[in-house]
Amino acid sequence: MNALLSVEGVDVHHGDLQALHGLDLTLDEGETLAVIGANGAGKTTLLRTIAGSLRATRGEVRLDGDPIGSTPAHVRVARGIALTPEGRRIFPSLTVEENLLVGGYRGRKGPWDLRSVYELFPLVHGRRTRAGAHLSGGEQQATAIGRALMANPRLLLLDEVSLGLAPVVVKEIYAALPQVVARGTTVLVVEQDLNQALGVADRVQCLLEGRTVLEGPAATISREDVTAAYFGLQE
Amino acid sequence: MDWLNAVIQGLLLGGQYALLACGLSLIFGVMRIVNLAHGVIAVAAAYVALWLVQDGSVPLLLALVVVVPVFAAAGYALQRGLFNPALGGGELAPLLVSFGLGIVLTNVLQQVFSADSRSIGIGSLGTSSVPLAPDLSVGVFSLLTFVVGVGVIAAVQLFLSRTSTGRAMRATSDDPETAQLMGIDQRHLYGVATAIAIGTVALAGVFVGMSTQFSPTYGDLVLIFAFEAVIVGGLGSLWGTLLGGLVLGVAQTVGAQVDPAYGILAGHLVFLAVLLVRPSGLMPRTVTA
Repeated sequence: MNALLSVEGVDVHHGDLQALHGLDLTLDEGETLAVIGANGAGKTTLLRTIAGSLRATRGEVRLDGDPIGSTPAHVRVARGIALTPEGRRIFPSLTVEENLLVGGYRGRKGPWDLRSVYELFPLVHGRRTRAGAHLSGGEQQATAIGRALMANPRLLLLDEVSLGLAPVVVKEIYAALPQVVARGTTVLVVEQDLNQALGVADRVQCLLEGRTVLEGPAATISREDVTAAYFGLQE
Repeated sequence: MDWLNAVIQGLLLGGQYALLACGLSLIFGVMRIVNLAHGVIAVAAAYVALWLVQDGSVPLLLALVVVVPVFAAAGYALQRGLFNPALGGGELAPLLVSFGLGIVLTNVLQQVFSADSRSIGIGSLGTSSVPLAPDLSVGVFSLLTFVVGVGVIAAVQLFLSRTSTGRAMRATSDDPETAQLMGIDQRHLYGVATAIAIGTVALAGVFVGMSTQFSPTYGDLVLIFAFEAVIVGGLGSLWGTLLGGLVLGVAQTVGAQVDPAYGILAGHLVFLAVLLVRPSGLMPRTVTA
């Protein structure tokens, strides 16, 4: 059986700067993978390459074994990849509900619609008529995840969920993730927050300067190993 | 009564300006392109309608029904073929492309239809009027233009706020990159926006052709009036564009009431005054943030 997602030997450049060096990653259906690493490790670049905002200069990205490296981002959404981008990127002039509806613009059919998203995030329901520009960080993050779910993705990519949010809000948002996974969505989460990442994921992959330095099941991996890999302390 | 009459005639004229400006406002609101070919496209539509009516013996109403969709389709092709590639070349490129297109179109019109002034005959519709008060009456055709102008602006606004495609346009206007991550094909969506814009300006052009004499270079004046309506109202807001058109129309007729030579000048002065006092326009940003 093919993996749901496989990233094979991918190089990505930002101009002259190489952000990913021959990176490999596989993700099976139903699995939750956390990619962790310091700033500049290439985590966001990896997600944007999978979602189609960036193109790999070498290597291939496959969904169900089909190469999708040259498929534009908007087509990948219809194939089942949804990204909650770094910085949330809520549409400021649209209301919260309109933001969610735009998320379902070319999505697939599935369990997620306005009602189930509002059930998942009651916080979002309370703000549904408010303009995206007037939301707190936590409300933005919950809306952004809801918006991505509206496409009923097979693969949900979450970028830096905890960035800039109060710990209590982060906890609330992560508490919703098991319900997403329970409905069969495969989740790839990028995090700087080790505790959240280890708590939610089946497997952890640690990046350093665009390369994988550590990979293993979240249950057996030790915090010391991760910390060492995170800062590049291994020999 | 003369002044009241001037204001009412100005409001009706403003409806025509709003109709002319609607497409310019939409294209700017959705993709931040100032389409300098806007005016000449309106005039081209008037020529095509005139040609259909005079040489093809097509009834005027049918000509209108043909011209609008044909121009809308041409608008889609224009966006996909010229503006979309230009958008990749920075902010100035689409402006220059539309400038060049305007010049080419003006010269094609001159070549095909000559530089003579023409107008589309509408018979008694042009002279009949309805009395509002003993000393006050309005032309049926001006009233019709006004109703069509307000109707078109309301319809496009409703499309933007209520439909899935309209929502996608506003999202793309806010943040094109994130909109693509929602499955929105930006190139197609821009094509649809331009199709609507060019369709409305074609309609406006035919109305201009029915109300006044036009020649291939008349598009310059159309562009200026449309541009002023958009700026006075506030960039990217369609209700603002309607208000801007009305303000411009009233300024022109009230100015002409003071002295017939001051009509157009008064419109320009109000435009400059708004730029000076409220550079963001009277009703900025309801379509986009």
